Amino acid sequence: MNNGSQTLDRSVRGRAGAANDAPASGRARRSRNRSSQLAAWAFLTPLTVYLLAFYAYPLYRNLDLSLRDYTVYSFVHGGAPFTGFANYTAVIHDPTFVKALVNTLLFTFISLLFQFTIGMALAVFFAQHFPLSPILRALFLVPWLLPLIVSASTWSWMLDSGSGVVNYGLHFLGIGPVNWLTSPSWSLASVIIANIWIGIPFNLVLLYSGIQAIPATLSEAAAIDGAGPWTKFRRITFPLLRPVSAITLMLGMVYTLKVFDIIWIMTKGGPVDASTTFATWSYRLGFGNLLPEFGPGAAVGNLLVVMALIAGLVYIRVQRRQAA
Amino acid sequence: MHTDSFRRALGAGLAALALTASAAACSTSATSTGSSGSSAAGGTYTIWDPYPQLDSGSAWVQLLTKCGTEAGVTVKRTAYDTTALTSKELLAAQQGVSPDVLIVDNPVVSTLASAGVLTTTAQTHIDTSAVESNILAAGQINGSTYGIPIGANTLALYYNKTILQKAGVDPASITNWATLTAALAKVKAIGKTGITFSAIGTEEGSFQFEPWFWGAGANLTSLSSSQAVAALSLWTTWIKDGYAPNSVLNDTQPDNWNEFAAGNTAFSENGTWELSAAEKGSFPFGIIDIPAQNGGNAPTPTGGEFVTVPVQSNTSRYATTEKLVACLTSSDNAYTTDTALSYIGATSAVQTQQGNTTAALKPWITAVQTAKGRTSDNLGTKYPKISEQLWTAVQSALSGSASPQSALNTAQSAAQNAIG
Repeated sequence: MNNGSQTLDRSVRGRAGAANDAPASGRARRSRNRSSQLAAWAFLTPLTVYLLAFYAYPLYRNLDLSLRDYTVYSFVHGGAPFTGFANYTAVIHDPTFVKALVNTLLFTFISLLFQFTIGMALAVFFAQHFPLSPILRALFLVPWLLPLIVSASTWSWMLDSGSGVVNYGLHFLGIGPVNWLTSPSWSLASVIIANIWIGIPFNLVLLYSGIQAIPATLSEAAAIDGAGPWTKFRRITFPLLRPVSAITLMLGMVYTLKVFDIIWIMTKGGPVDASTTFATWSYRLGFGNLLPEFGPGAAVGNLLVVMALIAGLVYIRVQRRQAA
Repeated sequence: MHTDSFRRALGAGLAALALTASAAACSTSATSTGSSGSSAAGGTYTIWDPYPQLDSGSAWVQLLTKCGTEAGVTVKRTAYDTTALTSKELLAAQQGVSPDVLIVDNPVVSTLASAGVLTTTAQTHIDTSAVESNILAAGQINGSTYGIPIGANTLALYYNKTILQKAGVDPASITNWATLTAALAKVKAIGKTGITFSAIGTEEGSFQFEPWFWGAGANLTSLSSSQAVAALSLWTTWIKDGYAPNSVLNDTQPDNWNEFAAGNTAFSENGTWELSAAEKGSFPFGIIDIPAQNGGNAPTPTGGEFVTVPVQSNTSRYATTEKLVACLTSSDNAYTTDTALSYIGATSAVQTQQGNTTAALKPWITAVQTAKGRTSDNLGTKYPKISEQLWTAVQSALSGSASPQSALNTAQSAAQNAIG
């Protein structure tokens, strides 16, 4: 692989060299050009095939699934009739739809807001060097290192209404038990809390490295001009961090939209649909029942892809405006 | 220029992809001819089962090997998690690579049968005459039988003898819902938890609710009947009165068992499969059958797997497959398997043998004899749709989002819509 990229690099450079090589005869240049182009394609092909086989084809299949009326019989034997947007219409008119849409948006935006704010605060905090800072920073990475099944199961034990440690703590504060995972008014909040905890390290690491890239001289100069810590943050750190913040929020949004494991392990989207998001709903339709409903499941999955796509387009627009 | 080269690259990529795809197609057909050619003389027969906990040293795997040897073939066994098995088999059938023998949870049989994935026992000449009809019913759709049960399990109430003694409850006095609720009240009075069950929002939740649902005389085709409301009200009141913990809404059957095993809960609605764990537990336990509303035993849903034969393009394989299935389900072998899995036999011969050797199994044998298949009554693939609405109604009433009556009304109209 290393070898390949070197050769590709050389061939590209060779092309550029040939283009600049004015005295060479036209025919020789063209043939050299063609052979180097062929080589470039030869190196491009594996990547293209990989992209098509593992990205384009599954997307196409998912789209196809969502546009046909699949039963278990037609899934196996083929011949599912094309039904256009019938699956989408069915999904949108499903009583779960509005609930899942609102939950997906609430889950994503509340998670992002807290993850980003706390991540930023911690990044600024750790940017000041003090003893034990690397160790503490490493500790903050723990949620990121744990497998999701471990962290989600741990949260679900801690929040258990009968024997959970959180209710035990509340008991000492004189507060009655809260049915974190089983009450319709709390289950969404519980999975959001767990997700915020899991997402903080990601924000911390990206923003911290962004802060490292800001020259220290800027804030020193500001300090000489009499700027306090808050002014320094507001006028220097935050504006200079904007590109990093944008990519952090963008990636965070795509990751959060599709969060599945935490919710499924902690509440299965319940009680009823209280913590159902598009991700868990899509899974429930496709695999969570004895009789799979592939069409509607794929339709919900595609809605999720569209939401992530919109987020991506917004990001590109913001990037362009910043660059302009 | 930029887009032009990109387009050309795309073209080259597509051509390469087409090449790879056709090469793959060639290799697939090559292997399938190879395997059908070798099947004439011995060959390898594949078996998929949902028992990943049983490793190659277990009695079950040894039995598979032995049955293979007797039929003159090599058996290749793969174990999958039970929840993954349905989609695995559907995909395998789509690709034409189904196993020769598939052992699958009984409510899935109707789904796979409607997918056209399974052969009937008439096609493969598998003899099901010895199997108890209430257990076999889960695998019967429109008069055809799609497999043979390897054994059965079901639900009953485990109780903690120490707690009941302290609370002054005689387990023999529990004969209907009223006496059970009275017992739970006495348990609560001494500061212990009355009962745990699993009301989780999956098939497990419906499975656990059905004994009460059927015990009230309700029918799965009419979810909003007054009997159904009575059953759901029973559970709702238990939670409201603090006889059952609120966490039941999120508990799987192993969770519910762990709470019981911790020793602070008087009853647990659980299955045969926990028997060996109970015997290793720290307190003496007993088992009673789940009572019906007005006395007698409630019909409980049958659990346990069916041995099925997926459709093969090469039908000559069925003859050997039949020998394998007959061997796996013969009385002696079924007894060994059911003991290993902590199941109850599906034939009266095995049940009698189990009753004679292990007295502790007696309540389970009666429970299995009155048990009912979830997909029985010709519900077939309607069952999963009804069941989804049933567990949703249970969740909605128990979490306090709706009254039992309105939760079940919603469930009934949603189920009606889903069935069409």
